[in-house]
Amino acid sequence: MSRSTPVATTLKYLALACYLVFLAFPLFWLVSTALKTPQELALIDPTWIPDEITFDNFRAAFDEQPIVRSILNTLLVAGVSCAVTVLLSIPAAYVMARYRSALSRLTLVWVLLSQIFPFILVIIPLFLLLRDLGLYDTYIGLIAVYVVWSMPFALWMLRSYVETIPIELEEAASMDGASKLRTLRSVIAPLLAPGVVAAGLFAFVSAWNEFLFALVLIRDPDLQTLSLTLVKFIGAEGVARLGPLAAASLVATIPSLIFFAVMQRRLTGGLLGGAVKS
Amino acid sequence: MRSMRFIALAAAAGLVLTACGGGDDETGSGDGGSGNGGEPVELTFQTLAWQTASVEANEAIVAAWNEANPDIQVELLQGDWNNVQDQLMTSFEGGTAPDVFHYESTVLQDFGDRGNVLDLSEYLSDEIRDDIRAGAWDTATFGDAIYGVPFLQESQVIFANRTLLDAAGVALPTVDDPWTWDEFADVAAQLTTEGQYGAVIPLKAPANRILNLARNFGGDYFTDPTGEVQAVFDEADQEVPRRIHEMLYTENSASPDGVGMSSADALPGFFAGQYALLPGAIWLRQQIIEQAPDGFDWVTLPALEGESSAQGAVSQTLSVSADTEHPEEAVQFIEYFLNAENQVQLAAGDWLLPTSQEAAQAPELNDPATGWDVATATADDLEMAPFQQVKGFEEWKSRIANPAFQEYFSDQISLEDLGAKLVDEGNAVLERYQR
Repeated sequence: MSRSTPVATTLKYLALACYLVFLAFPLFWLVSTALKTPQELALIDPTWIPDEITFDNFRAAFDEQPIVRSILNTLLVAGVSCAVTVLLSIPAAYVMARYRSALSRLTLVWVLLSQIFPFILVIIPLFLLLRDLGLYDTYIGLIAVYVVWSMPFALWMLRSYVETIPIELEEAASMDGASKLRTLRSVIAPLLAPGVVAAGLFAFVSAWNEFLFALVLIRDPDLQTLSLTLVKFIGAEGVARLGPLAAASLVATIPSLIFFAVMQRRLTGGLLGGAVKS
Repeated sequence: MRSMRFIALAAAAGLVLTACGGGDDETGSGDGGSGNGGEPVELTFQTLAWQTASVEANEAIVAAWNEANPDIQVELLQGDWNNVQDQLMTSFEGGTAPDVFHYESTVLQDFGDRGNVLDLSEYLSDEIRDDIRAGAWDTATFGDAIYGVPFLQESQVIFANRTLLDAAGVALPTVDDPWTWDEFADVAAQLTTEGQYGAVIPLKAPANRILNLARNFGGDYFTDPTGEVQAVFDEADQEVPRRIHEMLYTENSASPDGVGMSSADALPGFFAGQYALLPGAIWLRQQIIEQAPDGFDWVTLPALEGESSAQGAVSQTLSVSADTEHPEEAVQFIEYFLNAENQVQLAAGDWLLPTSQEAAQAPELNDPATGWDVATATADDLEMAPFQQVKGFEEWKSRIANPAFQEYFSDQISLEDLGAKLVDEGNAVLERYQR
């Protein structure tokens, strides 16, 4: 194994530091903005660190909008969407990967095609459909839409993961008397963990950030998700109340950061585990 | 053990589904009953208020109405300006539009043509007809139909850094004797020094402002707005853009930075003394008060005068969805919501002009300390912006006018080129709406 020279190591760390700054800067700026007074936000030369730290923006955000309720609503919608997407995608991805038939290929193409349609094109038909089904202004309707929207990507991702699992493992399970369902549950699913986490993260984040469907499909203020609440800090002519918006956005980021922190460990752990096994 | 796990899973799923179904029992538009048999009429009202004081005013007015009218209960919904068009269009199509909704007069003709809004002319009382200014009613009247009740209007004024003006010995104009455009240009030139521009004119999306100010010189930009409309660029239409361009590039008394700025973007430079004068809409006062550094001495100056002080204006409106089951009750609510006393609260909350003549007399809307006296004085100069009757105006504005004005104000095209774009390319757009 060749050793890195000190110069190369320094450059690597420098590159890593630059990348970290690049990634962390938006969050740093969000924190800084959330803690500034309106006067400091309007300075011609912006300050990196607030001269005078204020928590008034947090107070205003919580006083004026139901931030906590919106976070809980979004957690419920995103969490259930994520779980349902993954639960439905695993068996479907398995079938698509293992059973090569014309129908399977057609399904793959159809799934890919469904990703082509822009949101705005389907929003009115979808709205009418959900209204007729009595699912307008309900979480079930919104979750159904998010699941349908996330599933194609999750399917493709999981299908690729299934294909990397040696078929011999399934044959061995079959010889031991395991049924297909048992094989899927006890052999395939554990090996799919990294893929499941990745697909779950995708479904969760998609639902967490989504705005347009929520705007059109949810009317009851008590059911509104975070994106709908945050946009209320932006008014006519695009004028934003920067301080409260930053404060609310910061608070809104915390649950998803925690979710990521927990899931990321499993994601990388699973990926490394797979690497060692192969 | 396995059956226990199944029961636990089933219970968990049941809990999630129960939580998910939280909105199932919400009533739609007017589902709450007709007012017969003791059931109160239920109305939904979607507001676009977003400033803290304005939101509080909306909530207080609705709460007061609900308390005083147990037979007609109003549910307040909060929309937002940035997405209201998509949201309303979808809900019109799906039959779930709010009974009463807040928007602006520029879209009402389109909504009326589509059959989405109720013609209120049969329902409105003489009291509200008399109280609201005639010029404001014009903005919501299309032929014989009234598609909304106008209640807030925006006018253009000028904000000045009083310290810089005093230091330069500039006498401040008064409501009775405002600056003309020539005087404004002269003062801006006088105030321009090294490191300081006399003015900054925010021109990020300039079409609306230019067209409204064109009324100073009688400019309309369109002929026959309600018939076979044609975009034009006559001498009167050219006055405002030409004068601004001269300040930017001939006299160098207005900062070119303004070309890419919104009004709010210009405030940091205004506070820092980089610009002495900032033409802007009256709502900008709220931002100045909130954001100005301690000791910043500013003043609201009257709008400029051309051949007249007329300004085009649109209105924020309250309209009734055509699908409502309770039109009389909806109009009753609107008339209450927009009575003079409530309009004072709403105007103060949004820092905009009330359309109620009685509300405009309120002391809090004439306070010189916050520029209300100057702002309120502009009300008599507001007239319906002719462009809002033009079918296809929104597309003309976003696809043709805003980019063309920006090119002109960036000194990339000439005044003639600007005219060619507005007229030739503009008419190609408008023609589609005439078919």
